[in-house]
Amino acid sequence: MAELAAVVGIGQTKYQTKRIDVSIAGLVREAAMNALNDAGLVWDDIDAVILGKAPDMFEGVVMPELYLTDALGCNGKPMIRVHTAGSVGGSTAIVAASHVQSGVFKRVLTVTFEKQSESNAMWALSNPQPFSPHLNAGAGGYFAPIIREYIRRSNAPSDAGIKVAVKDRLHALKNPLAHLQLPDISAEMVEASPMLWDPLRFLESCPSSDGACAMVIAHEDLVDQSPGKPAWIQGAAMRSEPTMYAGREQVSPHAGRDCAKDVYAQADITDPRKDFDCAEVYVPFSWYEPMWLENLGFAEPGTGWELTMSGATSLDEGGDIPWNCSGGVLSSNAIGASGMIRFAEAARQVRGSAEDHQVEGAKKALGHAYGGGAQFYAMWVVGAEKH
Amino acid sequence: MQDVAIVSFVQSDCVRYAGAQNEVELIMPVVQAALKEAGLSSVQDVDFTCSGSCDYQQGAAFAFVAGVDALGAVPPIKESHVEMDAAWALYESWLKIQMGQAESALIYGFGKSSPGELSNVLSLQLDPYYLAPLGVDTISLAAMQARSLLESGEVNEVDLAEVVVNSRANAKNNPHAQLSGDFTVDQLLAEPETVSPLRKHDCCPISDGAAAMVICTVEKAKAMGKPYAVIKGIDHRIETHHVTLRDLCRSPSVEIAAEKAGVHDAPVDVAEIYAPFSHQEIIVKRALGLDDSVAINPSGGVLAGHLFMASGLSRVGEVAKRIIAGEYKRGVAHATSGPCLQQNMILVLEGM
Repeated sequence: MAELAAVVGIGQTKYQTKRIDVSIAGLVREAAMNALNDAGLVWDDIDAVILGKAPDMFEGVVMPELYLTDALGCNGKPMIRVHTAGSVGGSTAIVAASHVQSGVFKRVLTVTFEKQSESNAMWALSNPQPFSPHLNAGAGGYFAPIIREYIRRSNAPSDAGIKVAVKDRLHALKNPLAHLQLPDISAEMVEASPMLWDPLRFLESCPSSDGACAMVIAHEDLVDQSPGKPAWIQGAAMRSEPTMYAGREQVSPHAGRDCAKDVYAQADITDPRKDFDCAEVYVPFSWYEPMWLENLGFAEPGTGWELTMSGATSLDEGGDIPWNCSGGVLSSNAIGASGMIRFAEAARQVRGSAEDHQVEGAKKALGHAYGGGAQFYAMWVVGAEKH
Repeated sequence: MQDVAIVSFVQSDCVRYAGAQNEVELIMPVVQAALKEAGLSSVQDVDFTCSGSCDYQQGAAFAFVAGVDALGAVPPIKESHVEMDAAWALYESWLKIQMGQAESALIYGFGKSSPGELSNVLSLQLDPYYLAPLGVDTISLAAMQARSLLESGEVNEVDLAEVVVNSRANAKNNPHAQLSGDFTVDQLLAEPETVSPLRKHDCCPISDGAAAMVICTVEKAKAMGKPYAVIKGIDHRIETHHVTLRDLCRSPSVEIAAEKAGVHDAPVDVAEIYAPFSHQEIIVKRALGLDDSVAINPSGGVLAGHLFMASGLSRVGEVAKRIIAGEYKRGVAHATSGPCLQQNMILVLEGM
């Protein structure tokens, strides 16, 4: 039986296009120090470091955990490096948690980052794979046809994506760490932005950010040594499926549904819309909010867009199930960190430390990440209570 | 910690050039064979799957994603990946079993190094601001380490050559080895130095291939009725990245990991050491505190064939295989990563 573990410290950097003031080591150390300070701990209190990031080609450093060990106070300790594509931030948090839940470690530091300004993510994502057809599409080009299929099936109004784009940027205005700060954001502004991959406009897409996110995860026995409220890890799950196979459901992938089912069972979630107070879900392109609302069981198939349009997912409109109060991936996307930011922001909510984007009295929250061709999933449920 | 059983291990032949075979074609045969050896019919029969690989070998982001195509992950599976040697994928899987989230796991590692120049590619592992711009490749860094070891006066070039003589001789019994044969120390020392003080044979060959393993709880292994080896201890540690700040003749990370894994708790009779350069075998052996009665690298080690990203897992598998066969009682397996043995993992394996 797994031991109980909780998030006792969270640290993030400000997300922005270029952090030219810090090296890669400086970037991860900033997030790690913020997490340690939040947890009221020092480097010696940490037993192991679990590092995650997306492809090494984003910075041009092979296995950067080797170089980053000094910056992360890890010399003489165990260091492990996770890479599960876009879901990596979530997977890394789960691997970190398993260090403690296994009873092998008492307290670990987990850090994820991306310094996308070091390279061109579009290039790094699109260079040809040997023996495979070359898509050269980047992420937006890959997902746009799937989104069009969602619109066709669900008869969603064409402005559902715009609604999400505006909502998440309004949320971002309450989060000083968020990359995009667009005080004038409006449906008209989104609609007027250039169409990149029909139906995705420029402002319906995530930015490219530099940034890092870190968490300290502690065993139940040590939770009291940190001053803040803990976020108890009530469930965690991962699922993978191949990019392509005959009959693959790409709009609402099987792996996502299975992963949600697994994590809900662990945390006794029967009606996600009712049981959660909020969720941080990986939405890099606007339309993925209604799509994930359905995939994650917050709405019946074909009706996710109705929730979005009703304002149910908006903090500003007083919705009953606010999604991405931090501004989400649409407002900050340091790819390797983006999944962990979701997990950490879910934890901030149940710790009551989300400041201006706090959901009043949040007790239970979902953190979600996905990656690859919407084929890798990582999710966790965190709560203000142990169970 | 609960004991974890290794029930199967399979690795491909170490070949210099796997031709047009892609990663899926390298992975599938070993995964299928490892599952079969464990009496399982597909990846759906294990609770967790974890792999290790490096994008830069194939020169494309998300190289591991195609690896999933080799598994048969429909319906979806619980799966994860480390951008590390697959020995660390084994570690992640071991944690999953410890926490009770899995009773069994499939682990695999793969690498196709032939498309590039591995020692140059790995120079990109170095600190990108202070070290990588120097363009120091892996072999040159290892040569610096060998030089400091020779200059310590505790080791001489005959010792280095003996490591290679033993590796090549042992590899004669390993059908997957790339290099094997009978050599004498004099023969080897007559060869020219390539990157002084290292000679070509002091450096591991570069190989394409893959390896896979199935582990499970001891209860499950018993129920399966298959022979198995038991992981009694496992630990890994990393040191500072900056080689100039380290005593390159020693490996404190191996020393800590060996202590934590319980290497010294009882006598050891076999060890598989992941030493891509001959002198590194000596450093690790000393850090492990092993004497000359211990059989070192009966497979030939990575000097006989180096499946980069799977070699660590292979060391574990080679020890497990021999313990299962009853050749040895208590063995140590070692995995490494980074320049000059920066990061190391140690496992202690015993029989059932």
